[in-house]
Amino acid sequence: MRSSSPGMRHVYGWLLLTPAAILLIAFTHYPTIATLIDSFFSKSSAIRPSRFIGAGNYEAMLEDPIFWKVLFNNLWFALGTIPTSVAIAIVMALLVNRSLPGQGFLRMAYFTPTILPMIAVANIWLFFYTPEIGLIDQILQGLGFSGHNWLGDPDTVLGAVIVMTVWKEAGFFMIFYLAALQHLPKELEEAAKLEGASRWYFFWRVTFPLLMPTTLFVLINAVLNSFKLVDHLFVLTKGGPDNASNLLLYYIYENAFSYFDPNYASTLTVVLLALLAILALLQFFLFDRRIHYR
Amino acid sequence: MTEQLRLQKYWTYSIRLETLGAWLLALIWISPLLYAFWAAFHPSEYAVNFELFAPITLNNFGEALSQAPFLQYGLNTFVLVTMLLASQMVICTLAAYAFSRYQFAGQNIAFSLVLVQLMITPEILIVENYSTLADLSLVDTITGIGLPYMASAFGIFLLRQTFKSTPKELEEAARLEGCGMFGVLLRVYVPLAKPTYLAYGLVSISHHWNNFLWPLIVSNSVETRPLTVGLGVFGAPESGVDWSIVSAATLLSVAPLMIAFLLFQRQFIQSFMHSGIK
Repeated sequence: MRSSSPGMRHVYGWLLLTPAAILLIAFTHYPTIATLIDSFFSKSSAIRPSRFIGAGNYEAMLEDPIFWKVLFNNLWFALGTIPTSVAIAIVMALLVNRSLPGQGFLRMAYFTPTILPMIAVANIWLFFYTPEIGLIDQILQGLGFSGHNWLGDPDTVLGAVIVMTVWKEAGFFMIFYLAALQHLPKELEEAAKLEGASRWYFFWRVTFPLLMPTTLFVLINAVLNSFKLVDHLFVLTKGGPDNASNLLLYYIYENAFSYFDPNYASTLTVVLLALLAILALLQFFLFDRRIHYR
Repeated sequence: MTEQLRLQKYWTYSIRLETLGAWLLALIWISPLLYAFWAAFHPSEYAVNFELFAPITLNNFGEALSQAPFLQYGLNTFVLVTMLLASQMVICTLAAYAFSRYQFAGQNIAFSLVLVQLMITPEILIVENYSTLADLSLVDTITGIGLPYMASAFGIFLLRQTFKSTPKELEEAARLEGCGMFGVLLRVYVPLAKPTYLAYGLVSISHHWNNFLWPLIVSNSVETRPLTVGLGVFGAPESGVDWSIVSAATLLSVAPLMIAFLLFQRQFIQSFMHSGIK
């Protein structure tokens, strides 16, 4: 080979990597470390510069009732969105995996919410949830029930946000199940038919276990999304009422850009980073390399 | 034989029932969009009562365009997405080439440091990344919105996998023909990775077209605001919104992506399948 003395290979390798490395360090690694450092400093003000306060921010955080509320909200948000959207995704994939009239349209109908901006779909759903004139209240009133301020009531707001998120995400997960189903051997179903197995039995005993790697992959992605996705809060609720729909990343945003306390925002970010690190390790141990590098 | 027949019937019936269920679910799933279409093309008094023969109008679109500069926002988004995609293609290709075809010291560590970005995306680190942009005086610029995403770990990973599966013999043949490092990359690896580039391009475009939180923080003027942020500013519920106009604005913002989706539906869905392999 031309011009490739063994020593030069190292140089070329690193040269090719340089642009990516600079950007990755500048916007991923450096800020991660800076976040950690900032979380140990106090907020600076006009009269007092930022100073080292050790675990002070963390102590304040543990005593911050909103932090706990936001953390539990995120937990409920994850518990509410993940099993539902994954279950619906499996059902969708099973439904459109066989040939049926309008297959193309059905796949598109399930998948379309995925490609739309969260902010745009939140605009549409905001109208659905509007008291009295909103679509949901109109249907309820038509059926003789009274209306309800879904987004204004602390008891229903998180549920309303969860419903919209499930609608948005199910079609995305469906794609992965559809891909997995198409790789399952067709003979299994033929054999089950001949054996007289019920379809329910076939699903639970054959299909579902074989989909397990996909389910793990989808679950990890869904958990990640439940921490990263807050766009809809900007349109639907702004985290309210009374923080009933506030989530961790949104609370970080509020602290940094509304309350101008970047150091407390950094402290909260460290919590989020820790959660993501745990998920990364889980993913690492749950997936073997075969799934990873198919 | 009768047993066989009974079973056959059972499977047929349940399949018919499933078809019905599939259609019902699809109608529920698409109804929010259908509603947005209804409201956008009808006068506002029909936004909440559905009459089959309600007059159709385009006024809502005109109204939305006069209340906010959606064309400018659309242009901003277009510039952002194009710039990002072009730089991602170049930067990720170079990095993926290094990882797949050059053995160099520290390669494994470097690769795991790349993968970190799969978990920690730039919007998690909004506080620090914002102050970095402020130091570079890139706040409120389209470059500033795009910069943190240009070295995409996902793109590097996807391309590395593809380059790795390219037969070595092709590279050797190209070397014999006199191709250098970049010649091999441009004549052998890149052309053979076309499907991956297409898949990555579609995922990247739809992701950045839809992105909101980071652009919201970075942009604060009409000249830089992308569509999503413009839409977020527009639909403020406090100001007594007209649903027909909000629907029209929403459709204006998603229309280019929707049309692209309808045209490239198969590729879109396949590219999302591709993106599962990370």
